[in-house]
Amino acid sequence: MSDIHEPHGVHKLEEKANEIRTSIIKMLIEAKSGHVAGPLDMADIFTALYFEILHIDPENPLDPQRDRVVLSNGHICPVWYATLAHRGYFPMKELSTLRKLGSRLQGHPHVMELPGLENSGGPLGQGLSQAIGMALSAKLNGEKHRIYSLGSDAELQEGQTWEAAMYAGNRRLHNLTWIIDRNNIQIDGFTEDVMPLEPLRDKLEAFNWYVLEIDGHNFDEIIGACEHAKAVLERPTVIIAHTIAGKGVDFMEGKYEWHSRAFKGDEAKNALSELRTLGGKIRSEHQ
Amino acid sequence: MQLAEKLFDINIKEVPTRDGFGEGLLTLGDSNPDVVVLCGDLVESTRSEAFSKKFPDRFFEIGVAEQNMMGMAAGFALSGKIPFISSYAVFNPGRNWDQLRVSVCYSNANVKVVGAHAGISVGPDGATHQGLEDMAITRVLPNLLVVAPCDSVETKKATIAIANHKGPCYIRFAREKTPVFTTEETPFELGKAYVFREGKDATIVSCGPLTYEVLKAANELYLERSISCEVIHSPTIKPLDVGTIVESAKKTKAVLTVEEHQITGGLGGAVCEALSEHYPVKVKRVGMPDTFGESGQPKELLEKYGMSSNHIKVAIRHLLNV
Repeated sequence: MSDIHEPHGVHKLEEKANEIRTSIIKMLIEAKSGHVAGPLDMADIFTALYFEILHIDPENPLDPQRDRVVLSNGHICPVWYATLAHRGYFPMKELSTLRKLGSRLQGHPHVMELPGLENSGGPLGQGLSQAIGMALSAKLNGEKHRIYSLGSDAELQEGQTWEAAMYAGNRRLHNLTWIIDRNNIQIDGFTEDVMPLEPLRDKLEAFNWYVLEIDGHNFDEIIGACEHAKAVLERPTVIIAHTIAGKGVDFMEGKYEWHSRAFKGDEAKNALSELRTLGGKIRSEHQ
Repeated sequence: MQLAEKLFDINIKEVPTRDGFGEGLLTLGDSNPDVVVLCGDLVESTRSEAFSKKFPDRFFEIGVAEQNMMGMAAGFALSGKIPFISSYAVFNPGRNWDQLRVSVCYSNANVKVVGAHAGISVGPDGATHQGLEDMAITRVLPNLLVVAPCDSVETKKATIAIANHKGPCYIRFAREKTPVFTTEETPFELGKAYVFREGKDATIVSCGPLTYEVLKAANELYLERSISCEVIHSPTIKPLDVGTIVESAKKTKAVLTVEEHQITGGLGGAVCEALSEHYPVKVKRVGMPDTFGESGQPKELLEKYGMSSNHIKVAIRHLLNV
């Protein structure tokens, strides 16, 4: 569709993800509140989507044929905002308005405000249903674009998620790809302590989904899984993306305490300086 | 107001308001290819069946999953469709209010929420299925219109009107057969209230099928006691037609509200808010008296919980101290 969509090498994508992480931390410093762990761990997936996978045109954000990203766990919106700004949907300088009065960058996304957003969200568990409505609408219209529904692992504790999963699985919605951020944390602790989700793969398969599991920080795997999903026609695909909460900042990684706390003292400065540079350090910790 | 002839004939035709919804959907199916219908396992009783048979590609059976249904509707609307989602009012918007608030209203998504079986007259199913809080919980949501038509003819008009309105709407209707007392010629516009009967002693504002009981009460009050009631039918609860109601209140200086809904938060609440701000007069409210219902025959229940034409007459006499 658009000539803006050019293939990037993995190295370039890693660089871009690092820039986006830097923007996220700067935004949160400026905002003095907001969620940090999720946005950092989803930076690689957002980068892969917006700089490689999606058929989109930031100059024409309402193009009916565009691929859609629906974000269910709206609290990780700093990564959405930062990625959209880096992709050219709106000026970078607007990122510093996050959570401030009059800003288009609301604390949780508001679809009417900002170009590039596809849904409003915050209360957990609402995204997949909306993505299904969009996928059915595309099918009705005979349109070929895809819907990417992004959500967290902990929000699988919401009943609506399973209503939606049951519907999509039974209706064979193959133009829908669901990416679950399996970072294992939620506000009160680790998911498996608060309310276990495992065996997650079995549950999703039982709901008639085609399940892929990837390292959510490995660009080859992210892109490969999204391409793989396009070839699965008999079922919708869910990608369980194993990520590390707070990915990129050593003292945040894997710590549920960073789900939604603000920076104190020198933490922000340290986060920025510790934000890992390239040269292999962003590479998966699962390998 | 071009109401039916022989308005108080004992043999006046009776049809459930929901039938008008079914007819409206069929009309829309033909006239607007963007209209889609989603239903939560209540195809027959919400009158979505005819649409589902005539337009199977645009009909979606969701199963017993009202939260998912509301969210899917938001997705359809964000893609340019006009989804109607139907279930009982106690579930839709009762069960899925958070989805209505965020997925639909916050996004100003063009979703039409259909609450069937609203009111105490649902009858034998009992309190769990008698939707008596739906107007209160929808009236507070920004961007959302709230509509309670009075008979099947007006329901059909309202169904078509909300499809043509760009933005989220909630429409409620009843289970039972009720008198068809408006006609094709009776005016209907979203956001407008209509003086169905002129009077000078008191104003009665009502919505839904109870407007017929109000007309009956007003007629009897006049014949029996020469009390002259102005009857305002307000099918749109939000936005309320404040001008029409205030104008009448200035004339009569006494207002009664009548609705098949909890006495708090619905039409009565909306009228009190408007009058206290614009023209305070004495108000009495007829409705469900802050209690749950129970099983019984519709007419028995309306009688027991104080929403029959007899109760309306008594309320007017109390209001006027006569």
